[in-house]
Amino acid sequence: MEKNKNKYSLIIPTYNERLNIALIVYLVFKHLRDVEFEIIVVDDGSPDGTQDVVKQLQQVYGEDRILLRARPRKLGLGTAYSHGLKHASGEFVIIMDADLSHHPKYLPSFIKKQMETGASIVTGTRYVKGGGVHGWTLMRKLTSRGANVLAQTLLWPGVSDLTGSFRLYRRSVLEDVISSCVSKGYVFQMEMIVRASRKGYHIEEVPITFVDRVYGISKLGGSEIVEYLKGLVYLLLTT
Amino acid sequence: MKHILKIIALFVAVSAIWVSLLETSLIPHSLTWLLPIYFVVALGCYGLLMVGIGLMRFPTCPQEAILLQKDISEAREFLKQQGIHVDPE
Repeated sequence: MEKNKNKYSLIIPTYNERLNIALIVYLVFKHLRDVEFEIIVVDDGSPDGTQDVVKQLQQVYGEDRILLRARPRKLGLGTAYSHGLKHASGEFVIIMDADLSHHPKYLPSFIKKQMETGASIVTGTRYVKGGGVHGWTLMRKLTSRGANVLAQTLLWPGVSDLTGSFRLYRRSVLEDVISSCVSKGYVFQMEMIVRASRKGYHIEEVPITFVDRVYGISKLGGSEIVEYLKGLVYLLLTT
Repeated sequence: MKHILKIIALFVAVSAIWVSLLETSLIPHSLTWLLPIYFVVALGCYGLLMVGIGLMRFPTCPQEAILLQKDISEAREFLKQQGIHVDPE
């Protein structure tokens, strides 16, 4: 990789991720060498001692590399990103989930893609060659494909994976897009990328794999499908 | 322009073509009347086909789950050395 003077801020929202946050921090430091970065943990008052673990990690890696920016209680994903963003000092911001379904080994490919293309957003996609998921039932795959075809047909978003949330943003772009989003949950991720696409920002994709470690629990039940369809209609009417 | 307006514009344009076909009798009327039904059926087939293809070619990565387990044990080892207790108390 050519000389990279940019700084990257990783925003990781947590709630009861005592084990995972430690694993993820270790893996980030392992895979991101020769890059200036900081990890901003936005913890929503986890009762399991996530914050204690983060404080111990600060002792190991330095308080300037790991920032703990806690909030008193569960306040939602969208506001967690805005909260983390306020404390971010990097020119680029990377958002990822704390549950290790997003592996830090893909971080270099996000950064490389951005440097090669000058993109404002690099989004991870599970649905291309080199990407993939593990641990999904047939039902989950069917729902996911159906939802994706519906969204592609109706919204023409220009990206293949709308609900993924492993993304790199130019800081100013994230600030701009996040301020115009109102949805919650994973509809929020879809709204972010669709609004960014409509605003004409340059979006690139990199393949990622997604290992679902919470076996047996389908995150796509009936109420989620209804929420998704509502989100789709909302985006059709407002973007 | 709001996206729904784009779709409506497209719909209006296609309808206009259809109406003009009806008016000019370029193709038999009986066939023209069936065109919207064909269109809906074609759209449905396209959707089902795309879902089917997507399902058949759904990329999976069982090897990644194994690699992740290795990474997790490696990280656990390191954390243990540093004296960080990560398991729930």
